[in-house]
Amino acid sequence: MKAASPLYGVMAEFDDPASLVAATERAYREGYRCMDAYSPFPIEALHAALGSRPTRLPLIVLIGGITGCIGGYLLQYWTSVVAYPLNIGGKPFHSWPAFIPVTFECTILVAALSAVLGMLALNGLPQPYHSVFNVPRFALASRNRFFLCIEARDPRFDIDATRQFLETLNPREVTAVAD
Amino acid sequence: MPDSLQPIEDPNRAVVGAGRPPVIAPGHTFGTVTDKISAIVLTRRTPLGWYAGFGTAMLFTLLLLVSLTYLVTKGIGIWGNNVPVGWAFDITNFVWWIGIGHAGTLISAILLLLRQTWRTSINRFAEAMTLFAVACAAVFPVFHTGRPWLAYWLFPYPNTMSIWPQFRSPLIWDVFAVSTYASVSLLFWFVGLIPDLATLRDRSQSRGGRIIYGALAMGWRGSAHAWHRYETAYLLLAGLATPLVVSVHTVVSFDFAVSIIPGWHTTIFPPYFVAGAIYSGFAMVLTLAIPIRHVYDLEDFITMRHLQNMAKVMLVTGLIVAYGYMTEAFIAWYSADKFEGFVLLNRMFGPYAVFYWALILCNIVTPQLLWFKRVRTSVPTLFLISLVVNVGMWLERFVIIVLSLHRDFLPSSWGNYAPTFWDWSTLLGTIGLFVSLLFLFVRFLPMISIFEMRTILPEARVNE
Repeated sequence: MKAASPLYGVMAEFDDPASLVAATERAYREGYRCMDAYSPFPIEALHAALGSRPTRLPLIVLIGGITGCIGGYLLQYWTSVVAYPLNIGGKPFHSWPAFIPVTFECTILVAALSAVLGMLALNGLPQPYHSVFNVPRFALASRNRFFLCIEARDPRFDIDATRQFLETLNPREVTAVAD
Repeated sequence: MPDSLQPIEDPNRAVVGAGRPPVIAPGHTFGTVTDKISAIVLTRRTPLGWYAGFGTAMLFTLLLLVSLTYLVTKGIGIWGNNVPVGWAFDITNFVWWIGIGHAGTLISAILLLLRQTWRTSINRFAEAMTLFAVACAAVFPVFHTGRPWLAYWLFPYPNTMSIWPQFRSPLIWDVFAVSTYASVSLLFWFVGLIPDLATLRDRSQSRGGRIIYGALAMGWRGSAHAWHRYETAYLLLAGLATPLVVSVHTVVSFDFAVSIIPGWHTTIFPPYFVAGAIYSGFAMVLTLAIPIRHVYDLEDFITMRHLQNMAKVMLVTGLIVAYGYMTEAFIAWYSADKFEGFVLLNRMFGPYAVFYWALILCNIVTPQLLWFKRVRTSVPTLFLISLVVNVGMWLERFVIIVLSLHRDFLPSSWGNYAPTFWDWSTLLGTIGLFVSLLFLFVRFLPMISIFEMRTILPEARVNE
């Protein structure tokens, strides 16, 4: 271990999703909190194993949808009644049934944009650099390998103890991750 | 060992007797799925047929460019549109393309909510197909305005003329519906691609590939926190796209139903348009999936189960469309409105009767073959039926649009319509554009969602 370079954490590599989930649960019981698990596809159990709270994304999407709904309706109301009233076949300026389709489309559009942009923002993407990419074998995290990384900022982190702990979880390999 | 591997080589044979064919051939692992799909983009030699096909499609795309350039210099008088028939090939093609675009979102969103795992291997290219179909659709109304460079006037924005769009018109609803649909479909498709772009970034051998796929993947790492938010976002998008996909063709049908033209002014239009859209969309997915799985040896991933399920969806939606035709005919008689009755008789026995009967043959008679399992399991027959349905759905829109307009209330204003060379060249040109975009897509992006394929493998199960 090169003590000179600052350390991001220690990473263990596993062969299958079940070992990763088991390892994550063990690490959580051991008291580690600042850690993350990496897998080539979503594994529902991992999120619980990491002890994470549910995401706030649905709230963001709800707010986005309501904003789109009210905004879309007000746009039509203001243009048709205030800014540019036109008599169309004697219909009232405020013809609310005719405003429903556009209100609906605006609701969906803003909610969908909030879902995507909210997901990217909460995930911190785009992120051009991240320390885990310093591990060459991490390229397999997008193919068929599963990784658990305990980060150096965890209060219980100790380079040797953490490394030894990860070795007991029956990994393929344990690597130090340079920051 | 050879015994257990045999099904991979011939999944079709292995599954025919097994009752329910699998959604993925046995014997695959995370590694093989990843390698097989990403190799098409990264390492496999581009087949000669790709160059031939892309080149041919590009010729037709050039034809589109020539047609549109000529259109812009001369005006839409180069089309066959005339005074009673103000909407003709242009709007027929628009509705046809938009309809085709419906299967993509249906497969990705509605089937995701219904937990239909078989959607996994076809959703990616069905979504791509949606985007390209919507792009082709947009060409027609924009150029039909005659001044496409002023198309932005359709959107509400503060301007020096102090005017605003007229929100009581279904045509402006259409602008919002189609542009929202295009935007949400693009978001859905791109979000689905992010983890696969990360796979391509990690597996690309070339520097250029790593940079481009890396930039597009935006630093995706597959962290559990990220996956959790990702799945939430994807599910919410699916939930939002589901009513959206139903709304789009509903709004397109309002373009007709809100008017008072006989044959258009009917309440059956929204559901019947939506069913027709799904029908034509699935027909197009089959038309594309059958050659693609053959050329790229993807029979392991796009199995007979997929083809059969799509055939069943076509059969069901085809029957709903048939019900729509019957309701139209019944109401024309039952309403005792003589103009409605005349429209029906004019469709059946008027100057364009051959199109009406061809439509019935293509859309109602032919798909009845799908009741038979032997037809559903025969790939060439399915391919032919899908082509016939594509033609039939185009005829349906032609019959609805041109046949209602050319003879309306006053016989003194009747007229006929015949397409010109430029009508045909624009239609063929958009088909060329659609196919060119698809060729580029299968060459540069994973056409099957790799990460979702991993989740349906048996080894993805976590026993607790």
